[in-house]
Amino acid sequence: MRILLIEDDPQASRYISRGLREAGHVIAVADNGSDGLAMASHEDYDVLVVDRMLPSMDGLSIVESLREQDNHVPVLILSALGDLEDRVSGLRAGGDDYLPKPFAFEELLARVEALGRRSNQGAVTTHLKVSDLEMDVLARKVQRASQSVNLQPREFRLLEYLMRHSGQVVTRTMLLENVWDYHFDPQTNVIDVHVSRLRSKIDRGFEKPLLHTVRGAGYMLREPE
Amino acid sequence: MPGTCYVNQNSFLASSTFRLALLYVILFTVSVLVLFSFIYWSSARYMGTQSDAAIRSEIATLAERYESRGVPGLRRLILDRITRQQPTGSSLYLLSDPLGRPIVGNISRWPQVIPDDGWLNFNLDARDRDDPGLHPARARRFQLTGGFQLLVGQDIQELKAAQRRVIIALSWGVILTVLLGLAGGFFISRKMLARLEVINETSQRIIAGELKHRVPVSARGDEFDRLSGNLNQMLDQIQELMDGIRQVSDNIAHDLKTPLFRLRQKLESLTGRPSSDAGHREELEDALAEADRLLNLFNALLRIARIESESTKTVMQRLPLSELANDVAEFYEPLADEKHQNLTVSAEDAVVIMADRDMLFQALANLVDNAAKYTPLGGNINLMVSAEKGEARITVCDSGPGIAPGEREKVFQRFYRTDVSRSTPGNGLGLSLVRAVAKLHNAKLTLHDNHPGLCVELALPCAPEELPV
Repeated sequence: MRILLIEDDPQASRYISRGLREAGHVIAVADNGSDGLAMASHEDYDVLVVDRMLPSMDGLSIVESLREQDNHVPVLILSALGDLEDRVSGLRAGGDDYLPKPFAFEELLARVEALGRRSNQGAVTTHLKVSDLEMDVLARKVQRASQSVNLQPREFRLLEYLMRHSGQVVTRTMLLENVWDYHFDPQTNVIDVHVSRLRSKIDRGFEKPLLHTVRGAGYMLREPE
Repeated sequence: MPGTCYVNQNSFLASSTFRLALLYVILFTVSVLVLFSFIYWSSARYMGTQSDAAIRSEIATLAERYESRGVPGLRRLILDRITRQQPTGSSLYLLSDPLGRPIVGNISRWPQVIPDDGWLNFNLDARDRDDPGLHPARARRFQLTGGFQLLVGQDIQELKAAQRRVIIALSWGVILTVLLGLAGGFFISRKMLARLEVINETSQRIIAGELKHRVPVSARGDEFDRLSGNLNQMLDQIQELMDGIRQVSDNIAHDLKTPLFRLRQKLESLTGRPSSDAGHREELEDALAEADRLLNLFNALLRIARIESESTKTVMQRLPLSELANDVAEFYEPLADEKHQNLTVSAEDAVVIMADRDMLFQALANLVDNAAKYTPLGGNINLMVSAEKGEARITVCDSGPGIAPGEREKVFQRFYRTDVSRSTPGNGLGLSLVRAVAKLHNAKLTLHDNHPGLCVELALPCAPEELPV
């Protein structure tokens, strides 16, 4: 993916761009707001990673002017304010996702890739398939190897999110925000318990598991190798 | 907080200003009584001495006439005096011969009283006068040469009446003084009370958390204004100190976050290296987890500080409380299930409040998380939503060890942990955050005994009825 990083702190900028490059992406970097906006307006990127506090033009203004230009490139806003609550203003300005600093690099990578994937998807698919696991979103039916799997509504949403992001790392925070739709700190490993319940329903009794735990990052649903 | 509301409508009689006013009225009345008594005493005495002096001088005049003209001259003069003052005169005369037989006079006989220092005080039968009845009288006996006796006196009915009138007038004066004093006392005390009440009200609002409030200061510059001014200065200083503390802890957390984050980055890139052997890798991951724990702690601290200082952006929206309760319960259900705890929700549907969805969810999540943590295997956790008189209540009850009454206020302090909780994982910030969120929503947060276990109740105002569009 082609990613534009707009970040003024050289250390953070180096850290993020190196990590993204190692993950196989092409990175362009701007170290101030107006350069960043110019680059974003004139070239095509798959994802923008924008720091909220920037010299010459702040991150939210960049997003707002891009949206005014009818440019709908997915934007991940990074915030040094470090507060969960600031995300509201970030998303309202037109950002697609919001990540408070400091963050684990896996969290950033997972979110950037999720955003990039979203921009590739055209119409929302209603039939999802990963290996022999199939989901009919409209009929709310799930099958593994043609056997019906009975899921609770929340488990269904959890699996749907994992299947829509199959082959990608999905972090616990991403699950919280997208499956439960609450932005909060769960204190304990409840998410893991939810995932292991789901895992027991879709993977138990099958030779090749589909739902994997990625150490230090989150989960991934993928085709068996 | 119970016990901080001293304000009530019946406080006037109990107010110290009223007591002061009453004391003032009493002292004032006593002084006025003393003063009036003196006035009465001196005026009565003056009237008395005036009348005595008149009697003495009349005796002197008559004695002189007797000396110069003898009994007949004196008799004529007395008759002349009596006729001239008839019928209203108050002077009394009696002249008698050495045997005590009256010769001339307007009283018929000698009064039968023992003289006191030459003075005779007696009651006069005044049937023939304008004002009939027994009149008090005062007279003096004078021994003329040759054994004749002269009595000159006065009917002091008028004098006594005048003295009584003075007493009555002065008594009215005292009553008037008491009434005026009371009225003035009420007026002044009410006025002072009103100004004190303003200070009290402001203090109450500050206690309730409106720290920006200040006591109004008038332009008069009197003692009350000085008190208000001093209070305001004190409040400013307290606020400055509080801001300072918040700033410092905020800064510490903020400043420590960056190096900690760099440390985390280093650890992270080390774990990523393929060369490191498995044992190394595990230790690195432990170190990474430790760094994450610290970062989370700082984040939690900063978050509470932001919510408490209201510097955080909130989105207040209409929320069905039952939906929130069900979502929290649904989220924690697997956790409770693992411990075979019975997690139930009993929620009234129509309870709608104004709240920040994520923050209130976080607060409830902290409460349910605590309940699940401390409730033993197979215990019960209950979420209840109800509404009464415009107040929505959400209660999280568990059958855990509960919290001793003495510790109930302390558990909301940052990093406070009860003896029971010390052995369980957690950072001691969960309930601090709940309290901060409650305060932000003007909610009352109370802990009760669940016999056994703990009930945490959050009571917040219901959202106003939505107007039909």
